Amino acid sequence: MTDAALPAGASAPDPSAAIKKRLAARYRAERRFRAYGIAAIAVAVAALLVLVGSIVSQAYSAFWTYELALDVTVDPERIPGDPSNPADIQRGDFGVMLQNALRGEFPDETRNARIRELLALSTRLNSATLGRRVADNPALIGQTIRFKMPISDEVDRYLKGQATGRDWVRLDAAPAVTPDADGETAALRLSPADAARIADAVGDAEPSVIVFSNGGAWRLSGPAAQTAEGEQLIAPGAPGVEDRALILSTPEADRRVSDAQIAWTETLRARGDVKAAFNTYLFANTDSREPELAGVFAALMGSIFTMLVTMVLAVPVGVATAIYLEEFAPKNRWTDLVEVNINNLAAVPSIVFGLLGLAVFINFLGMPRSAPLVGGLVLALMTLPVVIISGRAALKAVPPSIREAALAVGASRTQAVFGHVLPLAMPGIMTGSIIGLAQALGETAPLLMIGMVAFVADAPTGVTSPATVMPVQIFIWATSAERAFEARTAAAIIILLSLMILMNAAAIFLRRKFERRW
Amino acid sequence: MNDREPGGHAAPLTPPTPVVQTHDMHGHPLASLPVKVCTRDVDVFYGDKQALFGVSMDIPDCSVTAFIGPSGCGKSTFLRCINRMNDTIDIARVAGSIEIDGANIYDRGIDPVLLRARVGMVFQKPNPFPKSIYDNVAYGPKIHGLVSTKDETDAVVEDSLKRAGLWAEVADRLDAPGTGLSGGQQQRLVIARAIAVKPEVILMDEPCSALDPIATAKIEELIDELRENFCIIIVTHSMAQAARVSQKTAFFHLGKLVESGPTEEIFTNPRDERTQDYITGRFG
Repeated sequence: MTDAALPAGASAPDPSAAIKKRLAARYRAERRFRAYGIAAIAVAVAALLVLVGSIVSQAYSAFWTYELALDVTVDPERIPGDPSNPADIQRGDFGVMLQNALRGEFPDETRNARIRELLALSTRLNSATLGRRVADNPALIGQTIRFKMPISDEVDRYLKGQATGRDWVRLDAAPAVTPDADGETAALRLSPADAARIADAVGDAEPSVIVFSNGGAWRLSGPAAQTAEGEQLIAPGAPGVEDRALILSTPEADRRVSDAQIAWTETLRARGDVKAAFNTYLFANTDSREPELAGVFAALMGSIFTMLVTMVLAVPVGVATAIYLEEFAPKNRWTDLVEVNINNLAAVPSIVFGLLGLAVFINFLGMPRSAPLVGGLVLALMTLPVVIISGRAALKAVPPSIREAALAVGASRTQAVFGHVLPLAMPGIMTGSIIGLAQALGETAPLLMIGMVAFVADAPTGVTSPATVMPVQIFIWATSAERAFEARTAAAIIILLSLMILMNAAAIFLRRKFERRW
Repeated sequence: MNDREPGGHAAPLTPPTPVVQTHDMHGHPLASLPVKVCTRDVDVFYGDKQALFGVSMDIPDCSVTAFIGPSGCGKSTFLRCINRMNDTIDIARVAGSIEIDGANIYDRGIDPVLLRARVGMVFQKPNPFPKSIYDNVAYGPKIHGLVSTKDETDAVVEDSLKRAGLWAEVADRLDAPGTGLSGGQQQRLVIARAIAVKPEVILMDEPCSALDPIATAKIEELIDELRENFCIIIVTHSMAQAARVSQKTAFFHLGKLVESGPTEEIFTNPRDERTQDYITGRFG
C-alpha cells in the first residue's frame, strides 16, 4: 500500500488502522442504538399486552351471562283496565306474576325469609320487559309463556365461579333422609365411603356443605359423618340435582349469595331453567342500577350523537382554517398571533373546555344540560386545534412543485389549492381529524362539567335529549359498589376500544383510498 | 433601380418589404426580431435582501433566450418575474417594469392568473400532476375555457402532445398516471401541458438539469422546434446547452445583468471580463 513509501521505522500512525478502529466504533454505536430501539419497542408491546390482557381477562366473563327461564302465567286479573290498550297493559302487576312463577318452582317453601331470598334470584325490574312483551302482543294475556331474564348479578357471579370455590362430590348411594316433624331439619345417613369423601374434600376448613338427593337439598349443620344433621333447604320430591354434595369453600357469611339461593340455583340449573347465554343485555340495554340489566346502549348512542356533532363542527371548520392559514393568509403579526393561540389551545386541559361549555353554552346560551349537542360543541372546541395543526402539517408536506405547476398553467390560487394541493394533503388531514375525533371519543372530564354524567335510563333519540357517553358510562360503572360492575366496566372499555379501532380502521381505509403518489 | 417598365406604364408599386434580417452570417438571429418582453430597471427584494439590481433587457419573439450565470446570481428570480410567480412568495417585492407586447405586467389591471396563461413555465424538476397523462394536458385548457367539448379537448391534448414529441410514446396509454413516465417523458409532458394553453412566452427553469443526455437532447430538439411559434426563455447551467439552443444569451452575476447579446457573440467575444471568466470556467 502507500504506507510502504514511508521510511521504515517511522512512527507515523497507520491511517487505515485508525479508520478501521473508528469504523468499528461507529458500527458498535449503530448496533447499540438499534438494540435500544428494539428494547423500547419490546417494552411498549409488553405494556400493551399486559394492559389488553388485564382488561380482557376481567371483561370476558361479562360478555356472557346466566339466564333464568320461567313459565310465567300472564294473569288477566293482574292487568287492570282495557286489555287492548298497550299503555293499560303495561300498568299491570307483572312483578307479582314473575314472583308467582318463581315461587311455583319451589311450592313447598313457606317461610317468609326464605321466600324473600328466593325472589332475589331475579330482579323485579324484569317485570318491565315482561310488560312490554305482553303489551306488544295482548294475545298472551291468560296464557303461560316461557320468559327469559338475566339471573341476579350475585347468583351470576356464583355460577361463573367468582363468588366462592365450588367442589362437587358424587355420592355413591342416595342418603337415607329422615325429616323431623316441622320439616326444617332432617337426619341424613350417608354411606361410609360418601361420608369419608365429603370429609376429605372439606378438609380443615369450615365451609358450607350442601347435600342434594331426590330433588331435595340439605345443608349439613355439623361435620360430615355417616349420620349427619342437615337443615332442609329444598323439600325432596321434585326434579333436581341427584345424589351429590356441594362443598362451598367461602362461608355463607362472607358472600352475598346464600346457601339456599345456591341450592335453588343448582336445582333450577339441573331442571334446565338456568342456562349460560351471550350477554345481549350488555349491548341492547341502557344503564340500570341492577348490574345484570345494565347495558351500554344509551352511552353508545350518546357517544355516536356527540361524535356526529363534533365531526360536523370540528372537521370542516378545522380543515377550512388550516387551508386558509396555510395557503391564503398573509404572514403578519395577526396570523402569527392566531397561530400561537391555536397551538396553545391544543395544550389546554380538557376540563377547561368543559367549564367553558358550562358557562357559555348552558348558562349563557341556555342550551339543554346533558345533551350531546353541548357535549359535541365542547369536544369540537377541544378537537379543533388538533385538526388545524395536523391539517396544516399535511398541507405543508405537499411538495411546492405541485402548487407551482398548477399556478404556472394559470390556475387561480383557489384552483391550485382545491384541485391539486388538497387532494394530496387529504390522507394526512383525515388521519389528523380521526386522531382528534378518537381523542374526543375517549374524553370524560369536560362532559362531567356539562352534566353528561347523569343516570340515563332511555337511549337518546337526538342531539338534544339527555345522554351520557361511553367513557362517562365506564366512569359511572367503575365507581359503582356492585362487584358485578367490575367485569362490566372492563367489558365497556373493550367496547370503547373496539369503537376506536373501528374508527382507526376507517381512517386507514380512507387513507389508502385517497392516497396518491407524486 | 428600375422601377418603370418601358411604355410609360406605371408599374404597381410594391410596398418596400421590411428588411427583417433574422439571422447573421452564422445563421444566428439578430436583435432585429420584434421584441416580446422588455424589462427596465427590475429590482427584486426578498425581505430586506436585494436579489436583482436594475435588470434591463429586451427579449426577442420567436427565438430562444438563455440566461446563464453562477448559482444564486438571480437568473431564476428574474425568470420568475416574467410570469409573476414571485407573487406567490410573500416576502418577494418587484420594482421596475416588465412589458410584454408593450403592456407592463406589474400594472394594477393585470391579472396574474391570465398572465400565466400567456406566459407558461417549465420547472427544473418535472412536476406533472398526480393525474393521468390526458388530464395533465387537458387541465390548463379546461380551466381557461379554451375547450368546451370532449372532442375539442381530445384535439388539444393530441396536438399538444404531438408538438411536445410525446404523442407516439403515450398515445395508447393516455389514462396512465403522468407520474409513471420516465424523467425525460415527464418533462416533455410538462411542456405539452404548458403549450396546451397556447401561451406566447414559455419560461424554462433549468429544464434538463434532472435528465440524462439522451432525454436532454430530445428536449433541446423540442425547444428548437418550439422556437418558431413561441418566445422561449431558458435558464441553464450548461454553457454548451445555451450555445446549442439559444439565439440570445444573457449573463447574470451577483444579481446584475452583466451583458446580453447574440449567443455567438457572448461565447466568442464577450465584452465583459466576468463573462469571459465564467464561460471559460474560471469561476462559477
